[in-house]
Amino acid sequence: MEFRENKAIYLQIADFVCEQIMLGKWPSEQKIPSVRELAIEMEVNPNTVMRTYDLLQQKNVIQNKRGVGLFVTDDAVSNITVYRRTQFIDEELPTVFRNIYLLNIDFDELKNRYDTFVKENF
Amino acid sequence: MIKIDNLNFSYSKHRILFKNISMQLSNGHIYGLLGKNGAGKSTLLKNLAGLVYAQSGKIDVLGFDPAKRQPALLQQICFIPEEFHLPAIKIDSYIKANAPFYPNFDHQYFADLLKEFDIPAGQKLIDMSYGQKKKVIISFGLATNAKLVIMDEPTNGLDIPSKAQFRKIMASALTEEKCIIISTHQVRDLDNLIDTVIMLDENKIALKASVDEVANKLCFKRMKEIDETVIYAEASLAGYNAITPNYHQEDSKLDMELLFNAVLAEKDKLKPIFN
Repeated sequence: MEFRENKAIYLQIADFVCEQIMLGKWPSEQKIPSVRELAIEMEVNPNTVMRTYDLLQQKNVIQNKRGVGLFVTDDAVSNITVYRRTQFIDEELPTVFRNIYLLNIDFDELKNRYDTFVKENF
Repeated sequence: MIKIDNLNFSYSKHRILFKNISMQLSNGHIYGLLGKNGAGKSTLLKNLAGLVYAQSGKIDVLGFDPAKRQPALLQQICFIPEEFHLPAIKIDSYIKANAPFYPNFDHQYFADLLKEFDIPAGQKLIDMSYGQKKKVIISFGLATNAKLVIMDEPTNGLDIPSKAQFRKIMASALTEEKCIIISTHQVRDLDNLIDTVIMLDENKIALKASVDEVANKLCFKRMKEIDETVIYAEASLAGYNAITPNYHQEDSKLDMELLFNAVLAEKDKLKPIFN
């Protein structure tokens, strides 16, 4: 995987895992790659993947079934949405707001553009 | 796994390398050993493997003194030097001659590694390029299943696809029992594999910290303008690549080259942060 700058690798791997789940590539109740398997695929230190999996267990996206392995939780998708939402509001929105303010973009214009975007893409 | 106490080492009176170095390394980690040319990276590794003798101080590796070169320790050390010589024989003869020194040698694992590296098993070592030979000794070293794995510039001579293979192989080689130490100048090849950074400078360990600790304490970011919070910065196209204290618990990606230069240039500013 090509990693971006300026975001910790364990978080970028968390984003990757969340995306696999949201795209349905890792269905719920299915066993997910072990720490070692994902570390090999990502070419990173297994301790980094361990940190990713710890975080995602805290967020109830994956769970450890003793003796069997790690699984996607039933409500993973809604938990990811909650996790991603806070992340977006905390980390990305301030930059967006800053640009809206600096470039003096009107809220009505923003709303129009947003509506068109949703219409065209979803 | 490794304990170094007050190590002093010099090759001659005029060339002192280490002054009272102490540190501990434990299993389950990949340590990245960084330093300028001549800082003593290879010498430190050789000290751990009993290949050179220190003037004073104590080194303990798995309960042994490596300078005594006891077989019980040596069979637990895999040392992959930067420069090496391989005899003019076939790979299987090499294995026959050398594998018996390592009771835990895994022949199947060796075959798997060669395959992963695309090395034909029947080939003569003499007919191989430097990079191919390097792959053979890396494969041999890992197949010994030694607890202490020491690699001096392992990615030197590897072509671009081999570097990715190497990363995959190292990601899978790390187990709870193993301690892996890699010295390198090619930090971009390895920065996601290393979980703890050890930096040598001016006869000392200038920094030893886990990647998590560094990312906890420092923030790596792009800045348009340098302000008084900046510890170290380098100009780039989009402004500056800067290191600041991590005031807001940001989770930034550690830039190992930038960190390395910062440690060399701003030792005094960084020291209080890591003590």
